[in-house]
This record gives sequence, C-alpha cells and structure tokens, in this order.
Amino acid sequence: MKTSRADVLFRYVTIAVASVVVGLFVVYFVELVSGSSLTLSEGFVFITSSIWTDVAFGVYPMLWGSLVTSAIALCIGVPISVGVAIFLSEISKGRLRSTLGFLVEMLAAVPSVVYGLWGLFILTPILSTYVYPVLEQYVGFLPIFSCPDTFVPCYFYGVSVMTAGVVLAIMIIPIVAAISRDALMAVPNSQREAAYALGATRSEAINMSVLSYARSGIIAAIFLGFARAFGETMAVVMLIGNERVVSTSLLHPGYTLASLIANEFSEASSPVAVSALIEAGLVLLVVAFMTSFIGRLMIRRFLRSREAASYL
Amino acid sequence: MRLRRVISDRLWVGFTFAAVAIAIVPLVSILADVAYQGIAAMNVDFFTMLPPPPCPPNSVCTPGGLGDAIQGTVILVALSSAIGIPIGIISGIYVSEYGKNRYGSSVRFLGDVLAGIPSIVTGVLVYLLVVVPLRGYSVTAGSIALGSMMIPIVSNTSAEALKSVPNSIREASHALGIRKWRTSLLVAAHAKRAIATASLLAVARITGETAPLLLTAATSQLWFSGFGEPIASLTFYIYFYGTSAYGNWKALAWGAALILIVIVLGINVGVRIITRGKGAYSS
Repeated sequence: MKTSRADVLFRYVTIAVASVVVGLFVVYFVELVSGSSLTLSEGFVFITSSIWTDVAFGVYPMLWGSLVTSAIALCIGVPISVGVAIFLSEISKGRLRSTLGFLVEMLAAVPSVVYGLWGLFILTPILSTYVYPVLEQYVGFLPIFSCPDTFVPCYFYGVSVMTAGVVLAIMIIPIVAAISRDALMAVPNSQREAAYALGATRSEAINMSVLSYARSGIIAAIFLGFARAFGETMAVVMLIGNERVVSTSLLHPGYTLASLIANEFSEASSPVAVSALIEAGLVLLVVAFMTSFIGRLMIRRFLRSREAASYL
Repeated sequence: MRLRRVISDRLWVGFTFAAVAIAIVPLVSILADVAYQGIAAMNVDFFTMLPPPPCPPNSVCTPGGLGDAIQGTVILVALSSAIGIPIGIISGIYVSEYGKNRYGSSVRFLGDVLAGIPSIVTGVLVYLLVVVPLRGYSVTAGSIALGSMMIPIVSNTSAEALKSVPNSIREASHALGIRKWRTSLLVAAHAKRAIATASLLAVARITGETAPLLLTAATSQLWFSGFGEPIASLTFYIYFYGTSAYGNWKALAWGAALILIVIVLGINVGVRIITRGKGAYSS
C-alpha cells in the first residue's frame, strides 16, 4: 500500500513522543550525577561514613536503615504474598477469587502517606503496647530485639525500624502477590495434572510441580517488592523516627535514604548539602533501577519461556 | 499415612487463607479508621477556609480548613494529567501500532522499569530540572513531576489496551484503503474506553503522591496565586499535620486522608464496576 506523507509524519510523531520515555530515563541518570557532583567527587566515603555534618556527608546509617527495613518487609511480606497468590490462583475460584483479588489490589491503591498516618496513630500504639514488650521479654537476648535499660523503654515512642518494616511489608503485599499470582497462573495445567495423576493431594501438587515451575516468576516478584520497599518514602519518614544511628536492634529508631531526602531537603543550607541529598537520591535510583530491571527482565524471560512451552 | 497427608493438605489451604485474611485486615482497618476519624473532622469550614493556627490544649481554637489544599490538589492533578495523559497515549500508540521492533519493546520495558523508580527520586530530578532554573517551588514544577510519573504508566496500559483490539479492525481499515495513521486513530477510538479507564487509574495513582511534591510544589498557606508560586496539597497536609503535635491539625490530617481515600478508592471501584463483565478489549 502507498505510504503517504501524513503516514510518515504520524509515525515520526509517535516515535518522538515514545522517546520521551527513553529520554526520561537517560535524564534521570545524567541530572542526578551532575547535580551531585560536589559530593560525588569524594568517592565511596559517602556510603561508608556515618558522619553527617554541614561539611562531611556519609549515608551509611541511612543505607543500613533502607536495607534493614526492606529486609523486614520481605521477611514478613513475601510469605503472606505467596500465600495470597496461591489462594487466588490455585484454591479459590469465581466470585470469591475476583472479590478477594480486588481487595488485595486495593492495598496498592491506598496512598503511602495514608499508610503513614494509619501507622502512626493506629499500628504504632498496638505494636509498642502489645508486641514489642513481649518480643523484648522473650527474645530480647537476640541483638535484633534487644532494648538496653534506659529511663524509658527504647520502643516508648513506638517509632522504630521494625514499625517502618511492618508497614512496608503490608505495602509490598499487593505487588508481590499480583506478580506471583500471574506466575502461578502461567503454569500450564498439564503440570498440575501430572502431579494429580501420581496421586498427589492439592498441597502436594502445588508444592511439587506448580511452585517450582513458577519459581523464577516469584523471585522476580520479590525483586520488585524490594525495589518498592527500598524507595518508599512517606510511610517510612513518618514511622522510623529519623535518627541517624546504626543500631542492630530493630526496636530502635533509624533513618533511610528516602526519608533523609524527604525530611532534610527543604532545610539543606548549603549547595554541598543539597548535593549530598541528591547523591542519596542517586544511590536510591541506582539500587531501585537495578532491582527493578532484573525483576522485569526475569518476568519477561519467564513469560517467554512459558509461551514457548505452550506450543510443545 | 493417608490421614497425615489429608491433614497437611488442610493446613496448607488454611495457611493460604490466613495469608489472605492477614492481607485484608490492614485494608479494613485503614478504611474504618480514616472514615471514623475523617468524618469527625468534616464541616463546611474544612472545604472553604485556609489552615488555622495550631491550637495547644486549654486554648481557644480558631476555625480553619484545608480549602487551599483541596484547590491545590485539583490544580496539580489537572495540570499533570494534561501533561501525562496525551504523551502517554501517543507513546502507547507507538508501542502497540508501530513498535513491533526492538525499539518498541525497549520503550515498553523501560516504561515498566521507570514505573518502579521511587517517586522521591522523581522529585529530585524535577527539582534540578525545573525548581533550580525557576528559582523556587511552584505549581509548574509539581505538575511536571506528577505528569512525568504518569507517562510510563499511561503509555504501557494504553499500549496493552490497543494491542487487545482485534486485528480484524486493522485489516478491515486497510482493506478500505484507509491510511495507516488514520487506522491507528481508529484503533485508538475503538479502545477509547479501556484507554480512559487506564488514564483514570493513573490519575488515582498520582493524586495520592506526596514525596515528589515536597521537593517541587510544597507549600503555601494561601490560595492559588499563580503557576510560578508554590501550592499546598491534601497529601502534604496529611504528612505535615499528621506528624504535628496539635489536636486541631491532626484532625485536619484525618479529614484530608478521608477525602483522598474517597477520591482514590472511588476511582478504582468505579473503574471496576464499569469494566465488569465487558469483553477483553473494552475492559
């Protein structure tokens, strides 16, 4: 068919607009690197030092806080999410499946600042009254739940690394559950039938053949859940206490890279302080980009191999 | 042996059901608490007045509301939609109708990855690109930040919608001698419902954003006074007043949370009701 000038023009317009997505991507890295040049030249001291003053900038405590809160979120959130995914894809059907699936999706629709408000006024008092004292009493010999005697218990105000991690766990459930469910649903039925033919019960079939088949999809979901938890800002800044300390105890307040930026950006006094905060953003960008990239790549591979398998 | 297997099967099913219950309890708690505390904060002043001064215990409180924040959120969301939705849809048309090549699939892939970049980083980027050159926080900067977050979301969801339009539509259009570019628009018109719902969900998503606004638009205690001036938003007040020490401010934070939840969940539930029972490509 004849290609008119309008056709060519339209095609180039759409390409140009689509390139905004690619362009944005490049701009992120270029701008954050050039914006943080004042402190970037200091090298790795930035992530290994714990000293944060008006002239020296080290984000080790915040990097630690980001990693620990994300780890808590994964430890609590992933088993729940995988359970939800199994229930939605293997056990429930019809109306129950769609209704419960919708409710879990709605967890993702709640704005993160509302999680922060709810966490601060509803969850924090519950945790610091009923959960943390019990943890300290029975497993307080573990460094992660220790709480050295001071005038008031370390969880007195309730805001802590643990509180932030628990709320992050709730926040990553919808994304991890949704991707795991898609992975489970992509498992061909022949896989289940084979297990049933061997006399397996439903749980054995899920364990033996469905979960192992969907494994890479579930791991991808964990990567994306980590990226979400690592970069989450508002809920964490309201719940972690924003103290620049490295503590092995999860019941202590802490700080994260994202909450550092949110909390201190408007008060940054000098160009070099702004540069340091932008570099914190660069660290966030690189980590979130890498985990998100790997996760997406794994999903793509997983779905492709499933497509190929379905032709066999 | 058989009994043991039956029991372990039941336990396994019980575990998955418990997981669903654990996931839904926080949602119910959030909705109940926001409704309960938020309704208590609702009155006419909430919508029409500017924020009150803090009200320490044992003092007379001046009435006030979050009129400026409601106005600010509406303006920010409208402007960012005007930026993000058109660019997103045209990019989606490229990915679906022209992008059956390496570049098209990388646009789609990068869109997914971009959607996973923390929103506070978007705030840092727009601070560098817009706030620094314009010398100050502004409505414009806030809208650009939220708009740029919408682009990859709208692009990928509308590409998805366009791809599910049956090929027979494209073939019929070609057979009638209609040019490719008009065919693309026909396909887009065919999927307009799905594209509209995808855009609405993106609007719901950015209405609840706070972090990028902290570095771009926040805040002012005044009514909208120009695109070059800073502005408040509902989400900003939930953060700022929610972490404050004053009862009257905390009440306003819950009120703001209620309005936000009604908007965001309203859009999600509305989209769900509209699309229920529709065919694949109209949903």
